[in-house]
Amino acid sequence: MTGTLDSYSLVAIYSAMAVYTIAFIMFTLDLSRRSAATPSVAAVAQSASVGGGTAVLEKTDAPAPAKGPRYLRAAMALTVLAWLLQVSGVVLRGIAAERVPWANMFEFSITATSIIVGVFLLVQFWQDLRFLGAFITGFALIALGVATVNFYVDVVPLPPALQSTWLVIHVFVATLGTGFFALGAGLSIVQLLQARREATKSGLKFLSTLPDAVRLETLAYRVNVVGFVFWTFTLIAGAIWAERAWGRYWGWDTKEVWTFIIWVIFAGYIHARATKGWRGSRSAWLAIIGFTAVLFNFTIVNLFFKGLHAYSGL
Amino acid sequence: MDSSRPSDHFDAREPRDSGTVTQPRLGPIGYLRFAWRLLTSMRTALVLLLLLAIAAIPGSLVPQTSSDPNGVVQYKAENPDLAAVLDWFGVFNTYTSVWFSAIYILLFISLIGCVIPRTKHHFDALRARPPKTPARLARLEGFTTRSSPTDAALAIDEAESLLRSQRYRVQRYDDPSGGAFSVSAERGYLRETGNLVFHTALIGVLLSVGVAGGFGYSGQRVVVEGQAFANSLASYDSFLPQRFFSESELVPFTIQLDEFDAVYEEDNIEAYGAPTDFTAHVTTTMRGQDPKQQQIKVNEPLGIGGTSVYLLGNGYAPHVVIRDPEGEVVFSQPVAFLPQDSNLFSVGVIKVPDGLEEQLGIRGLFYPTTFPLANGAFASSHPDLRDPTLTLEVFAGDLGLDNGQATNAYALNTDSLTEIAGRNADSPTIELKSGDIAELPNGLGTIELLDIPRFVSLDVHHDPSQLWVLLFAALVVAGLVTSLFVARRRVWVKAVVAEDGTVTLEYAGLARGDDPRLEEAVADLADRHIERLKVDS
Ligand code: HEM
Repeated sequence: MTGTLDSYSLVAIYSAMAVYTIAFIMFTLDLSRRSAATPSVAAVAQSASVGGGTAVLEKTDAPAPAKGPRYLRAAMALTVLAWLLQVSGVVLRGIAAERVPWANMFEFSITATSIIVGVFLLVQFWQDLRFLGAFITGFALIALGVATVNFYVDVVPLPPALQSTWLVIHVFVATLGTGFFALGAGLSIVQLLQARREATKSGLKFLSTLPDAVRLETLAYRVNVVGFVFWTFTLIAGAIWAERAWGRYWGWDTKEVWTFIIWVIFAGYIHARATKGWRGSRSAWLAIIGFTAVLFNFTIVNLFFKGLHAYSGL
Repeated sequence: MDSSRPSDHFDAREPRDSGTVTQPRLGPIGYLRFAWRLLTSMRTALVLLLLLAIAAIPGSLVPQTSSDPNGVVQYKAENPDLAAVLDWFGVFNTYTSVWFSAIYILLFISLIGCVIPRTKHHFDALRARPPKTPARLARLEGFTTRSSPTDAALAIDEAESLLRSQRYRVQRYDDPSGGAFSVSAERGYLRETGNLVFHTALIGVLLSVGVAGGFGYSGQRVVVEGQAFANSLASYDSFLPQRFFSESELVPFTIQLDEFDAVYEEDNIEAYGAPTDFTAHVTTTMRGQDPKQQQIKVNEPLGIGGTSVYLLGNGYAPHVVIRDPEGEVVFSQPVAFLPQDSNLFSVGVIKVPDGLEEQLGIRGLFYPTTFPLANGAFASSHPDLRDPTLTLEVFAGDLGLDNGQATNAYALNTDSLTEIAGRNADSPTIELKSGDIAELPNGLGTIELLDIPRFVSLDVHHDPSQLWVLLFAALVVAGLVTSLFVARRRVWVKAVVAEDGTVTLEYAGLARGDDPRLEEAVADLADRHIERLKVDS
């Protein structure tokens, strides 16, 4: 029984990957189409942001070109489909294992990417950030590829040290935080490209259809502070769990160290945004470094560093 | 923004003494003040934060004495030259090293220097009235106008009560002769409060760890089924007191291990034999109270006498009985064997200093489920006790126990011992199944495997900082969420009377910090206000 459910789960994940691939191609086509036909809207937005003395926060969505963005809508629909497939894969895995599906690297990867994509989809209700679609689906594809090829393990029961509600809370909140940091990093990367384009008046053409650098920075900030709150909670929940399981709430175990480092980097990022001379590109770099540290923490630290968190099940 | 913020806060006014050329000469006080300003600036805080992140990295690359002492020993043996350099820099104790401490201590001094003036300023701001309405609202955010259905003063009265109901602090600025009535409103002081609570709570966390944590202790003890131990210094196998510990903190209690249950996976072939549950059934006694039956599990420590007792390890403690040639018992006790793999193949050492002709040292290997290998050796194929075998290599001579040096119960120094049974001796290695009795070589006596109870290793922790840290951590989160998600804003409503007597209402706002919904809020205010005026008139 467990075996069949588990294989259905894998099928769902593979299907999701196939659909993500098409969505990724569509998103990329959309970006290249934006490069081809630079709409005049962008030019207006551009001059407005240069002229205005005060930073006026216009409540506009990303300026949508007049012609219906057909590729973009198809890409979004495919992403939703892929996401639903992936979520069913994750849920099936959870049912097969009779516990939450995030107890080893494989499960954590599939759950975390589904949450990252889920955050991306949900955020659209707040802001049109569809231009990050290529970044997010590309990221999901790579993560799922690595997970299925390198991390796959059969369903096994949890060792006693992991049997705790704190596993559910701590890891889930960490993934949520990761989802927001991923979006924030995407926005910061676009912000850097945009800032360079604005400074040199040359660069990737599709950027002219996107919000200006200041606006991108504001968006990135809002997404990243939500991630930061979740990360703070991850840190505290981890400490509480460590106290229950290992008898001390903080012991500078490698995984604890890296969670702390990431927290401090993002605290630095928030500070940078409030420090003269550090707004703009410098703080964007900090956000990107922070997200890189998140990825490093999950991959390199889990695989190659020695520590108490050696439950990755590989 | 607030003048109490560090002068390089991006919202701060341009400092008056900008331009280094005109800087007057500094006396010693001037230098101190300059240094203090530098230390409490945003830039310094930022640099120190980034330094802290970088400084934490080496400790994750190299084993740490506090969490992995064996790893340190091994690392030093494998990379002697590099280890010497790392040792000099204290990298094996990164988080207590001088350089790491220096960074976080400077950071916290900076933090205190930053928070105190801001707190003072904030208290003043909480009592201050909202500032005068600017002359031209049109330049501000969300500026919008409506024509008023009522007269100016009445309209502003209504605006004032509306703003108050939206939890703004309000102040009237009327100029009847100039034909302008206005109300100035501000809200979101909670944002700064949250920020200050957050930063202050960080100081609280650090102080809790440093001060309250100093009164703690932790001790380890191996307990075999049927045995008990008391919470006293003498009964611990190892004990680590913190800085301010005194022996009187040890609350007298005893814990007896009645039974240890281990459950192993049976159904799932992929994980066959993996542990799924460990439970220690214990009887605890506090002085003057009735004994209580309780449980300790891996994620469920036992709380007793202000301590938490954790189940950190378990294994087998074969009970051997050694008799002299006359049948007199000279040794009879369970000996904890250290597990070597997931199937609990374990090794242990039995020392018999007295009662026999010679001192005996015995090196034992234990296989809970014996699995013979092709080369004649054994392995264990399951952690449960299904077909246990104990093999013993026996050494005779001088155990070296009398020379006053502390010896490790789990190691056998064979320097002054001769092997009398085993691979390098005339007699073969002794093999015992449960209940077996074997002859010791040279007519020394007999050895019996009486029973195979389990042992657990318990960690007893007393850490008075825990509750404080938890409390401050909760404040950290509360302060953080408040400061990040409460918008601080000012809004103004102004009624301007034109020559012809018509009244125009102007609305505008000013964000103080990140405020994504300001324009929406101003427009919403205008609509509601007009709504109310229409109902009233
Ligand atoms: C232990 C080190 C520190 C950490 C982890 C830290 C973290 C943070 C975080 C997460 C925020 C944003 C949330 C909030 O506003 O409450 C923040 C804001 C702020 N911090 Fe810190 N901080 C530290 C030290 C300092 C120091 C030393 C200063 C003073 C120089 C400072 C001044 C500020 C200011 C002024 C803000 C408000 C920024 C704004 O206007 O948005 N912090 N800090």
